[in-house]
Order: sequence, then C-alpha cells, then structure tokens
Amino acid sequence: MGRRVLLIEDEPNIIEAISYLLSRDGWTVHTHSDGETAMDKVMQSVPELIILDVMLPGRSGYDILRDLRAQSATADVPVMMLTARGQARDRELATSLGATQFMTKPFSNADVLDSVRALAAS
Amino acid sequence: MAERALTGTRVRNRRLDLGLRQADVARQLNISGSYLNLIEHNRRRITDPLLAELALVLDIDVALLGGGTADAILGPLAEAAAAFPDVHIENTKAEELIDRFPGWAALISAQAGRIAQLEQRAQALGDRLAHDTQIASSLHEVISTATAIRSTASILVESPDLDPDWRGRFHGNIDTDAARLAESSQALLGFLDTEVEAGDGALATPVEAADTVMATWQHYVPEVETQTFPDLMQLEPATREIVEGWIERMGQDAARLPLSSFEQAARAMAYDPARLATRFHVPLEVVLRRLAHLPPDQGHPAMGVATCDAAGVVTYQKPVLDFRMARAGAACPLWPLYQALTHPGRAVRRVVQMPGVARTPFECFAIATPVGDVAFGVEQRIEATMLVRPARGDVAPETVGPGCRICAVESCASRRHPSIV
Repeated sequence: MGRRVLLIEDEPNIIEAISYLLSRDGWTVHTHSDGETAMDKVMQSVPELIILDVMLPGRSGYDILRDLRAQSATADVPVMMLTARGQARDRELATSLGATQFMTKPFSNADVLDSVRALAAS
Repeated sequence: MAERALTGTRVRNRRLDLGLRQADVARQLNISGSYLNLIEHNRRRITDPLLAELALVLDIDVALLGGGTADAILGPLAEAAAAFPDVHIENTKAEELIDRFPGWAALISAQAGRIAQLEQRAQALGDRLAHDTQIASSLHEVISTATAIRSTASILVESPDLDPDWRGRFHGNIDTDAARLAESSQALLGFLDTEVEAGDGALATPVEAADTVMATWQHYVPEVETQTFPDLMQLEPATREIVEGWIERMGQDAARLPLSSFEQAARAMAYDPARLATRFHVPLEVVLRRLAHLPPDQGHPAMGVATCDAAGVVTYQKPVLDFRMARAGAACPLWPLYQALTHPGRAVRRVVQMPGVARTPFECFAIATPVGDVAFGVEQRIEATMLVRPARGDVAPETVGPGCRICAVESCASRRHPSIV
C-alpha cells in the first residue's frame, strides 16, 4: 500500500483525473467531496498529504485549513490548496492560514505531480 | 417679505451682464430708478412679487436670483473643487461666482453631481463583477470544468498504453465536461453582458431603462396597429421620451405596412425583405424594422433588429436568441450593420456567427439610409438598420464577435484591444 493522500474536491471529473494520476504514481488516493464533513474524514485516518479545494459545498476550504492547523494531529500535514482564483490576496490568505502549497486552476498534471512529490519529500 | 442681503448685488450683476440700463429695467417694473438703485445696493428689501418680476425681466431663474439655491450650490461647488486638487481654484470666490454667474455655477454643480453619480455607478458595476455570487459561481464552474478537461486530456495524450476501460471513461468525461463548459461559458458571457448593459435599475441610463421597457413588452406594441399610443406616464421623463420616439417610428412603419396584409405577404414570400419592399413599395429599412416587430404570438420566425447612427452607436435594438449588440460603439465592427454604414444605399446580406460552441448562425440583412428632412447646408443624417434572424440553409457563416472585450477570436484585424477571455 502506497503513501496516502486525501483529495477533498467536489468536481467528480477532477477527482477522477487526479486520482488516476496519483494512483499511477504510487499513491493511495482517498477522496471526499463535502466541506461540512471533511474534518471528520481527515480525523478518521490522517493522511500524509491533503489536496484541498477552496470552494466546497457546505464549508470553505479556508475554514477546513484553519481547523487542520488548529488540531495537533493535522497541524503538520502538508496541504496543497486548489483554487479557481489566483489573485495575490487569495494566495496570501491561504499562506497565512498555513497552506503548504497553492495551485491555481486550471493546472497541468505535471505541476500537480511535481508539487505532490516535492511535498512528500519535504 | 424675504431677507436677502446679497440679492441686490445679484440683481445688479445680472443686469450689468445683460448690458441693461438701470432706468430701463426700472421702467419695465414700474418702479423708480432710484428705488431700483437702493435695491441693487442692498439698502432696500425686495418683496417676493417684485423679485419674481425682476427674474422675468432679467431672464433668470427666480431661485437663482433670490439666492435660494446658493447654499445648495455652494456645497457641490466645494466638492467639485476638492475632486481636482491639482487644479488651482479660487475657493474664496465661490460665492462671488454664484452671485455673478448663477447659471454657470449651477451647471458646475450639476456636473459635479453627475460625475459623482457616474463614479458611483462604475464602482457598483466593479463591485458586482468582483463580488457577485452569481458571477463567482459561474466563473468557478467554467474554470473547474476547464481544469477537468485539461487534466483528463493530458492523461489521454500522455498515456498511450492506457487501459481501454479507463480510456473510454476519460473520453466520456471530456465529452460531458465539454458540453458543460459550452453551457457555463455562454451563461457567464450572457450574464456579464446583461449585467453590464442593464446595470442596477436605479442607476440605469434612460436608454437602458427604455430597453428594459421594450423587453418587458417583447418589443411589440399592439397600439401601433391602430395608430394609438400606450400610456407611458409611469416612465421617467427621459426614458419616456426615448420610448415615445421608438413607438412613433413603429407606428409609422405600421401605417405603411398594415398588419394583416403584411403578415399574409410575409408568410407567402418566406419573409424575404427585398421582395416585401418591392411588393409594398416601401424602403427596405421599413420592412426590416416591421419584420422584427410583428406580434410575438403569431408563429412568425424569431427576428431581431438593430439600428445605429453614423458614429456606430446602437440607437435601438431588439435582441434575439444570443444576438445582442454592445451599446456605445463597443460592438464588433464586422457586423453587417457597420458594413452597410460604409456604403449607404447598398443592401447587405450576410450569414454570420459569433465564436464559441453552440452559437446560432444568423442571417443578417442591412442597409444604411439618410434619415430626416433634407436641407441645404445641413449634413444629412445616416442611419443603418439590420434585421437578424437564425440562418436557414447551409451557407458557411462569417465570424463576428460579441465585442473585443469578451471576444475569443485571437487573430482579428479589427481587434481594438485585448480580450479578457
């Protein structure tokens, strides 16, 4: 069983593409689509890495990130934020809340793979 | 009796500005010259009836002459001055300006108010684009779908040995997402266009408000068939004036092309504008307008129309499907409406299509003609008219844009500025 990544994203076809991509790279990919229950999913089994979308049904990715950093079990888990907004203030907000990486949609597969590998190595 | 310390000064200044003699003014008012002299030097109070008469003789608004509006103008004047700190203003002379040139002072004040209103509107539109949840949601949908397509397409291209099941699944995903992208991007553009064109109801220009009125009526005014006029008293005066002008023209067209016989002929002639113009002996532009203003519930084909003046400003339009021209000269110059404008009198027929998936090809008929009365030494006004309807047949459409700002065509010799899409 490979290293575990949790992808929190509500777009089914993005989930499918990233899941395939990371699985092929040796990751065990878990997915979750709901912002409201995302923390429960994380706490069930803390992954090595979290890929977190900003706009989620139920709860914003920023709020989830804030909770992740507040919990000792997840405070140090690398989090890559995915967002459709790439403005400086969004990047600053994500960084200030503790995001490890910030990626603007539409991203390339190569960028996702490179970032995930770099985060895992760090 | 009103206490107006400076009214006399204003009377004197106004009289001198008009080049009138004190004695002549006094004679018109049936008062003595010496009494007027005392008034002008603020040594006699002036009654309201006399002030009204003076205003009449001096051809000035009584409120301006009486100073009643001075306080109201002073504030906006100060604000107007403060808005341009780099311009040297004799601030201490503001009251003198109001006294000596009340009309000009009122104009500056009104302009300052108008600038503030326009700035507020620009701000409101900017805020809406930045923070409107519907726009944000539409944009998110577009970008998310594009992300899914990009990611999936890359996997397909970069994985020649992809399992056939996965390949089929990804192909299906791309197909689904492509359709979603087409829908969501069209919805977004339509929303942006509508929002920018319509603006906030309270901030809409009279033309925008008039457009809304016509849209409410589906651009059909049944009263014109009987040469009567609908009640427009509920509209703002400026909006009413515009709508009245449009309806008046519809009425003129209806008089030349009576509904019953025109509908019958239009059906028989497959809505061919040129044949109809010949049949009824009327100029082509009359037929173009009339075709676009047939009763909406009688099974006629969907038809829109646009007119523009010689500056290219769209002066009237009836949108149809996704046809809607930008106002204020920001439209794509490739529309036949503008091609017609370059050759007045020549009828133009083109099939055009806007860029993007699932766009409707439109058959356009256009002509530019002189309007208004002919007079020696007066430049004849030119107006272009274009009828637009979904194209029938398989003529390859030419590409026209929705306006440079939101046009996706990269290589275009007519592009004025970069696109935001």
